[in-house]
Amino acid sequence: MSEITPSQTVGPFFAYGLTPKGSNKWDPNGTYSWKETAGDNLITPDATGQKIRIEGRITDGDGVQINDAMLEIWQADSQGRYLHARGEAPRPNATFTGFGRSATDKEGIFSFDTIKPGTVAGPNGKPQAPHIVVCIFSRGMLRQVYTRLYFSDEAAANATDPILNLVPADRRGTLIAHKEAGTEPPRYRFDIRVQGDNETVFFDI
Amino acid sequence: MSLIYPKESLSAYPAHLSPGYKSTVKRSPSKPLIIVPHTLSELSGPAFGHDAVQEGDNDLTKQGKGEPLGERIIVHGRVLDEDKRPVPDTLVEIWQANACGRYVHLVDQHPAPLDPNFTGAGRTITDKDGYYKFITVKPGAYPWGNHHNAWRPNHIHFSVFGESFLTRLVTQMYFPGDYLFPYDPIFNSVTDEKARARMISTFDLENTIPDWALCFRWDIVLRGREQTPLDTDEH
Repeated sequence: MSEITPSQTVGPFFAYGLTPKGSNKWDPNGTYSWKETAGDNLITPDATGQKIRIEGRITDGDGVQINDAMLEIWQADSQGRYLHARGEAPRPNATFTGFGRSATDKEGIFSFDTIKPGTVAGPNGKPQAPHIVVCIFSRGMLRQVYTRLYFSDEAAANATDPILNLVPADRRGTLIAHKEAGTEPPRYRFDIRVQGDNETVFFDI
Repeated sequence: MSLIYPKESLSAYPAHLSPGYKSTVKRSPSKPLIIVPHTLSELSGPAFGHDAVQEGDNDLTKQGKGEPLGERIIVHGRVLDEDKRPVPDTLVEIWQANACGRYVHLVDQHPAPLDPNFTGAGRTITDKDGYYKFITVKPGAYPWGNHHNAWRPNHIHFSVFGESFLTRLVTQMYFPGDYLFPYDPIFNSVTDEKARARMISTFDLENTIPDWALCFRWDIVLRGREQTPLDTDEH
């Protein structure tokens, strides 16, 4: 039997502690006084690569918006490198953390301004297509769920991605963020359905 | 270096669907989760420098013009991995209700007073021994709409990162001897009694400060075993 501390729900009232300043919130004009540790804009002055915006809506098993969720993203920089572990060599884009947080607003909308990640090393030396790890917390979730965001304009890389290929073909589409025509910087739409028809793929990791 | 993260460790967790807690019914995945290997994307994770935290961010009694009402308490302990190794330099964030059981959050409108001198948010970074410490007031119990006459036991919400994105933990710390435990579906969503006990702090008389504050001790144990080299640059 494991000895780890069990997970409990983030509950409905985390915003003033975890997402006090974000652009997606209950009161569009208000912010809480607490400063944020990490927000929904990951772009730093020295970050190289394609600036992008990710936007989506998260819904429950009835298709109703989840207006009290928190999404966290974790990604590599444009060169496919993660900021990690103390003591490792510095890497390019040193101030780009690759970590972001967004709450959802009353319509269940979240968003991130970030840099499109590069190709990342995968299992057995196989490259992974550009992707972002997404971790979701909300009232009604006793533990977080993990999913991944891939990009619609990376069809060739997606086709050989070792993780996407473990997902049944008819469900892979739930992990693809769709580039919206005529947006600059490019905007990708990534809707998340927690349960039911076209349910988003979540990973057992 | 990274750690191996056996999935069996997660057996202590509540199920995604725990119908006694009604909000889980429509907010839990209904299809099986897809099993995938841990890649660099999961084995790495965000790191926060000590600049993420300012002096005093761990003292929730000093954020207003005056002192908040309520029982002043110290909450301290260590963040450890499964083999009881300390997890140093990791971010710990907390949020909680005030002594009357009211949150600052806009949506909490239940009829208990707000305290102008209490926000209820705090953060700190663990030291080299994985140690953290907060000074706050004991949060009150509060009603919620899950079922008739539902009340949450006193608790403080904790958010902890650890060494990778897989060690990420959001949980709640409870207080010893709470009479609301048997009635709370969130607490009881953890079905193993020993695992539930790991969410309850212990009263720490030794570290109570005479004439000033009671003290509670709570260690947090994250996923992770056996150090293993992580080949970050081999393609």
